[in-house]
Amino acid sequence: MNPIYVSRRRNNIIVKFLCLGAAAFGVTWLALILFTLFYNGITGLNLAVFTQDTPPPGSTDGGLRNAIIGSIMMTVIGVGIGAPLGLFAGTYLAEYGKHDKLTSVIRFINDILLSAPSIIIGLFIYGAVVIPMRGFSAIAGCLALAVIVIPVVVRTTEDMLGLVPNPLREAASALGMPRSLVIRRIAYRAARAGLITGVLLATARVAGETAPLLFTALSNQFFSLDLTRTMANLPVTINNFVQSPYAYWKQLAWAGALLITLTVLALNIGARILGAERTSK
Amino acid sequence: MTELSVSVSNANGPIPQTPLPEAAPKVTARGLNFYYGEHHALKNINLTLGTHRVTAFIGPSGCGKSTLLRIFNRMYDLYPGQRATGQLLLDQTNILDPKLDLNLLRARVGMVFQKPTPFPMTIYENIAFGIRLYEKISKSEMDDRVEKALRGGALWNEVKDKLNASGLSLSGGQQQRLCIARTVAVRPEVILFDEPCSALDPISTAKIEELIQELAEDYTIAIVTHNMQQAARVSDKTAFMYLGELIEFDDTNKIFTSPGDRRTQDYITGRFG
Repeated sequence: MNPIYVSRRRNNIIVKFLCLGAAAFGVTWLALILFTLFYNGITGLNLAVFTQDTPPPGSTDGGLRNAIIGSIMMTVIGVGIGAPLGLFAGTYLAEYGKHDKLTSVIRFINDILLSAPSIIIGLFIYGAVVIPMRGFSAIAGCLALAVIVIPVVVRTTEDMLGLVPNPLREAASALGMPRSLVIRRIAYRAARAGLITGVLLATARVAGETAPLLFTALSNQFFSLDLTRTMANLPVTINNFVQSPYAYWKQLAWAGALLITLTVLALNIGARILGAERTSK
Repeated sequence: MTELSVSVSNANGPIPQTPLPEAAPKVTARGLNFYYGEHHALKNINLTLGTHRVTAFIGPSGCGKSTLLRIFNRMYDLYPGQRATGQLLLDQTNILDPKLDLNLLRARVGMVFQKPTPFPMTIYENIAFGIRLYEKISKSEMDDRVEKALRGGALWNEVKDKLNASGLSLSGGQQQRLCIARTVAVRPEVILFDEPCSALDPISTAKIEELIQELAEDYTIAIVTHNMQQAARVSDKTAFMYLGELIEFDDTNKIFTSPGDRRTQDYITGRFG
């Protein structure tokens, strides 16, 4: 056989093996983490987790109801504030400001914000909201989450609108459609699945954020829907319970971690399905 | 003189070599220039599109024919750094007037693009959407208008049972006819075709060419094409452009049988381009 071909084949096998090995290495740890999480989380998961509030120290019953409700509330409000802002800003970058000099500046700043450690954002809201309000509050937590959501949605919105073919916009304009209608009725419609995917991924991102809530919403042992006071939430509760000496608290922390993971998994699957719908059209 | 590669004929045999009667001017360009930033893309264009005539624009890639078409509905306005000077009239309206309402201009001058561009909505909505931009009409009137437009686009018989299907579910040729129907639906006066068949198979192409000739009874038509046979088949007048200049503009059968300019002859006989 041709010696060049033989050496190519050998190299091919080596590279393939290295790639496979690296992939297997990564997936193994991920599988171990998920296995441990499920193993420990499932045992802690029972009805009381959803019906009872976080227990006082030393108690051997109680659940995560207040933390679950608090997390859902703050995530929904945070995404509710951040997603529209992100959508508008992303629309500016992709549509109105496409040819402006300002656009590249905004995009650069957005990229920095996108990769900023979330604890910095927590500290920013601590300085900007918590100190002036003289206390930790759920609304400060919502704002911190919103600040994390914004750059994610800006980015996906700009990217998804960028995928809308320009001839489609030209065709709409050629019918005499004003710019705002072209964007709202044509570009948004064409990019709909991608835009929703972006919001879902942003939701998944903030659902498990701990650091920005530590300095803002803090936590609360009791059930509360008051946005001006501290509010229980899953990430901080997990953080506190894991560090506690009580076995039951640790068990609850595992259950909470499993809940967050399942939520994020569901959001990602949802995003995937929408993404598949987008590409198949 | 070399034999021309394009024969001019239609269903009734060779077209007689008598000049076409003058048509009333619909679009008139006088000393029209166009710039992409510093680049002088169109140089001193003078021509007239006759009412209810089909005018074809031919020429090698980059000669400015699509650029010229995109001035007629001010499409270039979507992009910064592009500007036109000179005079361009639609009847008595100055198309280049910066204060002109572009939406109203585009209602009068419709455009069909190279690639079919159905909107991401149902077939019915694709048509109704454009109509709703200009008119408030009842549901039954709208149904009539949509049917009329789809008939105008020679598509009605193929889609009448699936008006609620997505416009994207149609074949490429059907999508292009949907785009024509959508353009016709808003009742423009002029329709611009920018290489409307270059993404289509020969059968779809034949249908669209037939349609263009029918449309000429009601509309003034300008078509840019790379296909010289197509220009010969569908148009009354042909403009040959080269390097941003209008080299020759005459009756189609004159251009294709006895062009007045050497460059026109070289181009249509396939020596360059």
